[in-house]
Amino acid sequence: MSKLLNVSSSPHVRDQVTTQNIMLDVAIAMIPASAYGVYQFGVKAALILLISVLSCVLSEYVFEFLMGKPITVSDGSALVTGMILGLNMPPAIPLWIPFLGGVFAIIVVKQLYGGVGQNFMNPALAARCFLLISFAGKMTDFTYSDAVSGATPLAALKAGEAVDITSMFIGKISGTIGEVSVIALLLGAAYLLFRKVISIKIPAAYLITFAAFVFIFGQHDLMFVLTHLCGGGLIFGAFFMATDYVTSPITPKGQILFGVLLGVLTGLFRLFGGSAEGVSYAIIIGNILVPLIEKISIPVAFGKEGK
Amino acid sequence: MGLATFKGGIHPYEGKELSENKPVQVLQPKGEMVFPLSQHIGAPAKPLVAAGDQVLVGQKIGEPGGFISACVISSVSGTVKTIEPRMVANGSMVPSIIIENDGKYQTVDGFGKERDPKTLSKEEIRNLVKEAGVVGLGGAGFPTHVKLTPKDESKIDTIIVNGAECEPYLTSDYRMMLEEPESIIKGLNIILQLFDNAKGVIGIESNKPEAIKLMTEFVKDEPRITVCPLQTKYPQGGERTLIYAVTGRKINSTMLPADAGCMVDNVDTVISIYNAVAKGIPLIRRIITVTGDAIANPQNYNVRTGTSYTELLEASGGFKTEPEKVISGGPMMGQALFNFNIPVTKTSSALTCLTIDEVACNAPSACIRCGRCVKVCPGNIVPQMIMDAAERSDMERFVKLNGMECCECGCCAYICPARRPLTQAFKEMRREVAASRKKA
Repeated sequence: MSKLLNVSSSPHVRDQVTTQNIMLDVAIAMIPASAYGVYQFGVKAALILLISVLSCVLSEYVFEFLMGKPITVSDGSALVTGMILGLNMPPAIPLWIPFLGGVFAIIVVKQLYGGVGQNFMNPALAARCFLLISFAGKMTDFTYSDAVSGATPLAALKAGEAVDITSMFIGKISGTIGEVSVIALLLGAAYLLFRKVISIKIPAAYLITFAAFVFIFGQHDLMFVLTHLCGGGLIFGAFFMATDYVTSPITPKGQILFGVLLGVLTGLFRLFGGSAEGVSYAIIIGNILVPLIEKISIPVAFGKEGK
Repeated sequence: MGLATFKGGIHPYEGKELSENKPVQVLQPKGEMVFPLSQHIGAPAKPLVAAGDQVLVGQKIGEPGGFISACVISSVSGTVKTIEPRMVANGSMVPSIIIENDGKYQTVDGFGKERDPKTLSKEEIRNLVKEAGVVGLGGAGFPTHVKLTPKDESKIDTIIVNGAECEPYLTSDYRMMLEEPESIIKGLNIILQLFDNAKGVIGIESNKPEAIKLMTEFVKDEPRITVCPLQTKYPQGGERTLIYAVTGRKINSTMLPADAGCMVDNVDTVISIYNAVAKGIPLIRRIITVTGDAIANPQNYNVRTGTSYTELLEASGGFKTEPEKVISGGPMMGQALFNFNIPVTKTSSALTCLTIDEVACNAPSACIRCGRCVKVCPGNIVPQMIMDAAERSDMERFVKLNGMECCECGCCAYICPARRPLTQAFKEMRREVAASRKKA
């Protein structure tokens, strides 16, 4: 025998799915929403997406290079963060803001906590919240193309105005680049579910709880509930951000609990809070509670029931 | 209605097509035979022969070294060369009796003497099984006569014949179900003779439709025996998952199948019981699959224990491509071998020769908490958290998170997209915990 045999411990075979495939699937799932955003808001939207992706990927590369850590850019997680961040930007934003957001997301929220898998908050969402607080005016300026009026459906709803639900489904409304078209988002969500990248647990628990909350504490009106479900990045948040592996519970029961918590928090923020939105803040707060949720939801081992 | 199964598990590449249509061939060994004195769980056997002694086929050369122990029987006739430590599949050195095979296969008196099991008492049956050195041939090697003697035999209500064969590449049990269905039924009937309140169930995975069909036909006139088709899913043939699939009862790591009123025996074990009791043939052979993409001619063999793996490889035409890894057993739970100068023992099941080793090809990366390990774990534990405890060498947390409930099936490590060696780390940690408990 010309070379030594490999003698590692079992199992000796592995599944095909890798971290890279998973991240690629998530990126693919965001293509419909991205494409629609560019179609709706023009070349500027494409530029915003490009800059936030580049900002995230470069930040990761530069930080890891400077720290002498292994470069993990090829795993695709920075790409995904960049896409989520870009899709969370209003189309009128100055280009330096998504750039700053990318740097914050990757360096402050991800790398300073130890890199991929170690961050306790969704980097893109944490960056969005950081930007919302720091540049409130620019982050809520929803004018686009020919200075079409700015109010988002939820802001209009809050102000007591009528909202057209069909336009919300298609995406003919104001909002951030990625959140406007419910159909495009559901297409991506279906892809993620089909590829088994995400399970339905978190989004279902989230959306059902939220709908029930809004029905009970809102106007006891199904159209009102439907408008809330379609608006303000809830669909985007439920399928693409709340399901983030790193910052959501790993236990099956914990995932349901997490979804319920997000539903309640989002309902609270939207109905009783100051801003029309609430998804980002709800998810960020949910992220912080994940360790606790996991602790109380560890499954009972096989054959240890009733012991 | 779906097929009987359990929660969790994986669907690895099966690889069974390489050898499933290859009828079992008898392989007659040449030269030196090696009989390790420890081919079972429990105390090693004590040698009954010394260098220079002449031995015959079927002669007892080692006697049980304790309550949980088994005899070692010579599978050839010849001369005892020496007794010395030899390497076995797991890489450890085990005191072994080395016999020079004279190629005559002369047998001891009474070898092959047929008996009608119905005329035998329970005591006589158990004794015949014990004297034949029968142990569980599924891999663990638990002495069968001990298993057949539970504390309260009236509580055993289900005897499960494990024909799941869920480990990828392995086809030996499948071949035996096709080629010796009668021996399986007769063997099972002998076990049922010991347990008056029990019924027999033959569990077979749905990827073996021919075996299900044939066995179902053979149990038609057996009032106490049924065939239970199982969903094809690894580790369907694990003791805990199999009992659950067949009866809906759950046992944990500290319980025995008997605690759930069950007994589980592998297909080849049941045939060995039949051979020992009804045909007067002790356990001197086993069925082995030689397979994998590196082997020239994948094949199933009826091999005498003590034969060197080298002979098995030669009989299969050697390697057509250079192997990356050669495994005693299957790719999920088998032992990677250092070399092939290792004897076939009672617990050998296959020689799987793989050209690629994905465990070694991909460096592990950071956990992304995808939760796939939680989904596939048949033990319903959280491998991700237990891995964290194992990496910190935190024994207390490891135990608290049910790390000792791990059955080392390998599902979590198989599925991990970051290629983290979960099962491997758990094995290490479980050994450490067990060692520290022994000390205390």
